[in-house]
Amino acid sequence: MRSKIKFAVVVFPGSNCDRDAFNAVERIMEQEARFVWHKDTDLGDPDVVILPGGFSYGDYLRCGAIARFSPVMKEVVRFANHGGVVLGICNGFQILTEAGLLPGALLRNESLRFVCMDTFVRVERSDTIFTESCKPGEVLKIPVAHGDGNYYTDEEGLKRLEDNGQILFRYCSAQGKIIAEANPNGSVASIAGIVNTAGNVMGLMPHPERAVDPVLGRIDGRKIFGSLIHSLVRKDNESFSVHS
Amino acid sequence: MFHAKIVVTLRKSILDPQGKAVEHGIHALGYDNVNELRIGKFVELNVDARDRQEAERICREVGARLLANPVMEDFTVSIEEVTHV
Repeated sequence: MRSKIKFAVVVFPGSNCDRDAFNAVERIMEQEARFVWHKDTDLGDPDVVILPGGFSYGDYLRCGAIARFSPVMKEVVRFANHGGVVLGICNGFQILTEAGLLPGALLRNESLRFVCMDTFVRVERSDTIFTESCKPGEVLKIPVAHGDGNYYTDEEGLKRLEDNGQILFRYCSAQGKIIAEANPNGSVASIAGIVNTAGNVMGLMPHPERAVDPVLGRIDGRKIFGSLIHSLVRKDNESFSVHS
Repeated sequence: MFHAKIVVTLRKSILDPQGKAVEHGIHALGYDNVNELRIGKFVELNVDARDRQEAERICREVGARLLANPVMEDFTVSIEEVTHV
């Protein structure tokens, strides 16, 4: 039986939240973490791969468009297709949509402004490995920092997301109301984060790794990392008791 | 050798806030007769190919696989043969 979950944090040229993500899972959540350079083709047998925020390849062409062709991404896609857990934050979310691991795309913010502020997001499902430590409908305070976070999918795509229960987080007011004023970027249906149909790949624009240390005044991001850690440790214990 | 010009634009159904902002700027200059402004990306490249069809096929592949994201963008390709390099 293993007590610590192994996180691999992928570093692309231009990533700038990789150290925050590493710090969040290693120092705050007290798990194992290692960096994986974008040219590496060995993820090192992790439990979770994190694609961190930043501006990979200078956001040239489109955010995440070049990063998805990095050598490491072949391994990340293979890992995800075999059920491995992948968490894409901000630029990582953009990379996941470009790589086809998540549906839709992230457009320029409707305001054309870079937004950098706290947002509130409502937990739409608390029965996933990314949200199981949250209560249904719970409101989390997590900051955003992006210029291209305007989630887009067409009407059919949105219906699929809703029918499949793939929307995990929506921007909301502090009281949990889904209102236009609480949507920082113009995202369709106030979508802040989605999961794939298999439930092992999640992308979100807010930065949970920036909301884990009380010194910085917010800790709601811990619920997302905590959910992952709890669910993976539980799965590990279950398979341990089956095999022993 | 062929020279290709590829224009990538946001799909018509998608709001183009950048285009809207520039259109407002043009209106502020007094050109009320300008509208439907959309902003896209322009890519030009050379491609070695046996003939125009092959050049076009390669450009369409590159457009669909990388230059444009089919979820939100369309693209057009125009090709001319280059005789002097």
